[in-house]
Amino acid sequence: MEKYIFYILALIMIVFAIASVTSRKMLRSVIFLLFVLCGIAGVYFLIDYNFLAAIQLTVYAGGIIVLIIFSVLLVHHIEMELEIAKTSKKIITVLACLIGLGVFLTTIYAHDFIVVENYITTTTADIGRKLLSYEDGGFILPFEVISVLLLAAMIGAIVIAKGGKLTNKNNKTI
Amino acid sequence: MIAGISIYEILSVTSILFFIGVYGFITRKNLISILISIELILNASVVNFVVINKYLYPDMLQGVLFSIFIIAVAAAETALAVSIIINLYRQINSVEVKDIETMKY
Repeated sequence: MEKYIFYILALIMIVFAIASVTSRKMLRSVIFLLFVLCGIAGVYFLIDYNFLAAIQLTVYAGGIIVLIIFSVLLVHHIEMELEIAKTSKKIITVLACLIGLGVFLTTIYAHDFIVVENYITTTTADIGRKLLSYEDGGFILPFEVISVLLLAAMIGAIVIAKGGKLTNKNNKTI
Repeated sequence: MIAGISIYEILSVTSILFFIGVYGFITRKNLISILISIELILNASVVNFVVINKYLYPDMLQGVLFSIFIIAVAAAETALAVSIIINLYRQINSVEVKDIETMKY
């Protein structure tokens, strides 16, 4: 049963990822990205990392998609079509990507992974305890550093988007 | 782990997602589309962290914690990128890559 769910999720993810990078309508491409992110959250649910799936749904599907949609609506006309790359460039890129994919897949299939059969469910309490532990292998320092990083990114985003006085050399009236 | 699914299949799916992202990153001409492709690439790598943690070292948590940090950094990166795009649009009225020369030199 889980096998088929995974195959369906994989199919959804790949199809919508291709649609997302080839669609010529900006907003549609963002919505296709949303489907890919939800499919990845489904994979997290399948391998029993419920907390990570919740993070994926709230941060990515809830936060980042909304941010990107905001910027699309501020910057674009909705019905405007994107210009596409030249066909020769597309073909060269597809070939390069296929070669890279072939290298990846041969490397992966040549490697002999020592898989441990397990069906452990990781609870949120385990993750929280590990995240806040200050013993060997604990993650308290990166946890604090990431909070400082988020604060800095927030202030930086406000300062950059506010802009201040715009001085354009060509016309001073902007 | 998922019953009946080997690690090879999941790694294949994430590799395909990664290269779809690379394709979009190279062929798109618009800053927001490039941002979307970067999200695809980041997500593929995050799934790799989680899957290798679950299949090979199930009693560890390092992969999960690293993926949480990657998601946090990706959120910060997206917020900054969106603010830069909006600022650029106010200055030069365009988000196409070929029009953007103010940060070039």
